Amino acid sequence: MPAVSKGDGMRGLAVFISDIRNCKSKEAEIKRINKELANIRSKFKGDKALDGYSKKKYVCKLLFIFLLGHDIDFGHMEAVNLLSSNKYTEKQIGYLFISVLVNSNSDLIRLINNAIKNDLASRNPTFMNLALHCIANVGSREMAEAFASEIPSILVAGDTMDSVKQSAALCLLRLNRTSTDLVPMGEWTARVVHLLNDQHLGVVTAAASLITTLAQKSPDDFKTSISLAVARLSRIVTSASIDLQDYTYYFVAAPWLSVKLLRLLQCYPPPEDAAIRSRLTECLETILNKAQEPPKSKKVQHSNAKNAVLFEAITLIIHHDSEPTLLVRACNQLGQFLQHRETNLRYLALESMCTLASSEFSHETVKTHIETVINALKTERDVSVRQRAVDLLYAMCDRSNAKQIVAEMLSYLETADYSIREEIVLKVAILAEKYAVDYTWYVDTILNLIRIAGDYVSEEVWYRVIQIVINRDDVQGYAAKTVFEALQAPACHENLVKVGGYILGEFGNLIAGDSRSSPLVQFNLLHSKFHLCSVPTRALLLSAYIKFINLFPEVKTTIQDVLRSDSQLRNADVELQQRAVEYLRLSCIASTDILATVLEEMPPFPERESSILAKLKRKKGPGNLPDIDDARRHVNGSTEHSEITEHTKKGSTHPFDDPLNLSSTPSTGASLLVDVFSDSTTLAPVDVSEENFPRFVCKNNGVIFENQLLQIGLKSEYRQNLGRMYVFFGNKTSTQFLSFSASLNVHAKTVEPIIEGGAQVQQILNIECISDFTDAPLLSIQFRYGGALQNIAVKLPVMLNKFFQPTEMTSQDFFQRWKQLGIPQQEVQKIFKAKHPMDTEVAKAKILGFGVALLDGVDPNPANFVGAGVIHTKNTQVGCLLRLEPNTQAQMYRLTLRTSRDSVSQRLCDLLSEQF
Amino acid sequence: MHFLLLFSRQGKLRLQKWFTPITEREKKKVIRDMTILVLARTPRSCNFIQWRDMKIVYRRYASLYFCTGLDNQDNELLCLEVLHRYVELLDKYFGNVCELDIIFNFEKAYYILDEFLMGGEIQETSKVVVGTSIEEADTIQETLEEYMSKPAY
Repeated sequence: MPAVSKGDGMRGLAVFISDIRNCKSKEAEIKRINKELANIRSKFKGDKALDGYSKKKYVCKLLFIFLLGHDIDFGHMEAVNLLSSNKYTEKQIGYLFISVLVNSNSDLIRLINNAIKNDLASRNPTFMNLALHCIANVGSREMAEAFASEIPSILVAGDTMDSVKQSAALCLLRLNRTSTDLVPMGEWTARVVHLLNDQHLGVVTAAASLITTLAQKSPDDFKTSISLAVARLSRIVTSASIDLQDYTYYFVAAPWLSVKLLRLLQCYPPPEDAAIRSRLTECLETILNKAQEPPKSKKVQHSNAKNAVLFEAITLIIHHDSEPTLLVRACNQLGQFLQHRETNLRYLALESMCTLASSEFSHETVKTHIETVINALKTERDVSVRQRAVDLLYAMCDRSNAKQIVAEMLSYLETADYSIREEIVLKVAILAEKYAVDYTWYVDTILNLIRIAGDYVSEEVWYRVIQIVINRDDVQGYAAKTVFEALQAPACHENLVKVGGYILGEFGNLIAGDSRSSPLVQFNLLHSKFHLCSVPTRALLLSAYIKFINLFPEVKTTIQDVLRSDSQLRNADVELQQRAVEYLRLSCIASTDILATVLEEMPPFPERESSILAKLKRKKGPGNLPDIDDARRHVNGSTEHSEITEHTKKGSTHPFDDPLNLSSTPSTGASLLVDVFSDSTTLAPVDVSEENFPRFVCKNNGVIFENQLLQIGLKSEYRQNLGRMYVFFGNKTSTQFLSFSASLNVHAKTVEPIIEGGAQVQQILNIECISDFTDAPLLSIQFRYGGALQNIAVKLPVMLNKFFQPTEMTSQDFFQRWKQLGIPQQEVQKIFKAKHPMDTEVAKAKILGFGVALLDGVDPNPANFVGAGVIHTKNTQVGCLLRLEPNTQAQMYRLTLRTSRDSVSQRLCDLLSEQF
Repeated sequence: MHFLLLFSRQGKLRLQKWFTPITEREKKKVIRDMTILVLARTPRSCNFIQWRDMKIVYRRYASLYFCTGLDNQDNELLCLEVLHRYVELLDKYFGNVCELDIIFNFEKAYYILDEFLMGGEIQETSKVVVGTSIEEADTIQETLEEYMSKPAY
């Protein structure tokens, strides 16, 4: 046990920790801990009042036990008591305990807030700092509510100590991140910006962090910070390293502050003022120059700090993307790092170059490093560096080097780490498609992909190759020949069997002239793989067989024999059995003409955004999103988590019923080059029609959209968390609509592409509510009327209240539950003016239409309405109580909602209050 | 910065600090993932790893791994120096710090960290200033004579 060097030692604590460390087994440890817990409990409960020291010691022990990973369910009160001690260590341990074991017990929060308030008012900087740290560490909403208005005044007060200002700035930043709405901006904005001029560099650093965070949210309010930041930066980069005394870190002048200021400037475009702009350019040049100077120290800290500033400066240069000379210089400097002996620098250089590759000014310069990057892919020992090399190759790829890059990636794939294979596969597939001049190369590349990394080739990839082969008749013969050859390998991946089956089924006739690939040979080759494949692949092969019957009458009997065998007709899998039965029957009774019509070659797929690209975007998108179809984020451009998934079905519900007809995102029409990895939307903005949306809050059927051409009607029904919506598209004109498509930003299947004049087609959407949501899905409709392409977007009325099940309950039950939902956030109340005449019967009908049960005789005032229901989502059920109080004299309503979830209360209140 | 973890080569967690709200379950998962991820790295690998939508920056000092999770825009190199500065501060306080110091004086290690980082942002970069404020705090307690005469256990 080491001697404690300073301060007070808590010997009892040290002994306890030592005991725990000496425990030979987990059981012994638990035994020792339980003994200690019993001891502490008895001390806390004992008659003898504990002195501060003992209290501190025991609270500290509890903290230690908690940090070991055990639950602690007492001691909170003692910790809170410590907060009011005027002895520093007692207070500190109290605060530490509170910070680590936040307890939502409301009594305690009140006591804690009280203690914090006292410390903030104490004018003792050490105590004030402890209190501010506690607020930042806990950072809960309650704390934000209690202190958000007080902290700005501490921050900008003239007599506040520097260290307290720093704490206050960062505390405010922390609260702003989690409870933006509670941190008022306004009169102190200008004074906060002014902190960038402070004498104390520590204060400036903390203020720069705060301003960056605030400026990201409301850039206009903090525009004045640009000139101050540039001035400050300029003073730092031109200073001699000794000027800044202790803020010089290993001979680098204030690296933290420099990086913060450069980050702050990234919230804005290049400065408009010419003088500021040229001063900033000078700063950036100086930073680039300094990076070239010989190092002032051999320590890694020196080079890290210097290069940290350099990389941040380069990031700013890339962000501005306006100074070609700086961009090219940055690129060359990064080029030197590509071969640096420090792995970290190689990694970062590869990463930064990725962004440089997308700038038109530096794209060509980046390309000159291709050999170095390919070499990195082959020789780097660290997988994360190789991953960056793959990213950079992808980013620098264009028509001139696509073949080389794709070939290198393919050869790397053979030995690539399993963790990054799928991503490489997607990248190769995208590049091969994007830069294919010659589609035979494309087909070869994809088949190679399947051969090398079949397990990592996702459905999107092999769907896509088939879409392209079907759409391009110049490559069909080649594709048939190539898959035929590839299938001859003794062991081939199931994905290859799928592609092979599909392509030979469609285009086997193109190679049937050669006796080596005669119809019978083709069939036997495919059928030799049949028994090794999974059910979906077998189903696909059966479809290929029936296509063969049409293409090659000479093998009809062979195939019929296969279909007729017990292993097909009596297959345990119902889908396979059904296909075998139906196909066999079809081949027996249909005439050649009918067969030819039914089994005609697939029509070209509509051009749309590559589904692979969408998948890669998803992979690269924010990974913390739960299982939502991210596609919606691209289309709506909003990042709100609305969790609702929908699938459209037509007829059968089998997952592999027509596996190729997938469409997850509507065609964006955007060039592939743009927006490969970014999240932003590239969809041309179409006005979203939502004027009729509110009408559907309390009813399920009606017309959602109508213009001179098209009328869209809806019929919907809901049960628990599931719903079905029938969408009717009516052509109001006497002319055909061509290439009609209606796609949902979630998941949808195309409708009939043609709507005759005066006709109506129907689409069915199946809806499932996963958890509570705010955003409604968008239905995007495209069609050609006459020559013109029409684009319509309609917000579908799928709202949270549709998933209500009404609940009847007695007056007593109601009030009991009402009380249970007593936490302030659970209640949302709104007082609003009546927009319609205040009719009791109409109001009743609306509340019933909203989905809740109307409870009679519950409210003592008969004029009030009281309702109850349960929202069903897949994950949870949320009970809801509502009360609507009309005031006919004032023509006002008061609506109160209580549910167990604050977001639900808010949403329901917003929806319903618009109805009266 | 989203979190800072200190763990030993055996994967024993020595210090955990979370700068963004996160559930206990999620914490456990992050800790498990980090120890597996970082301990598996070979020497001389680069100090940065992409993990979910975060950048992981880690560094080994003797038997201890320091591991942080950063936002994508954060500066990795400078983060390495944040870790280094923290080690320097611990060194200054304990005098050549070792893992045992942090085990036995964990509350001090947390306190020093708090003086230096807040809400995941660096609060004070000057070693002198942080050092002074820690010493001041220590003086407050040392002048309290009653502490000296307390019973030991």
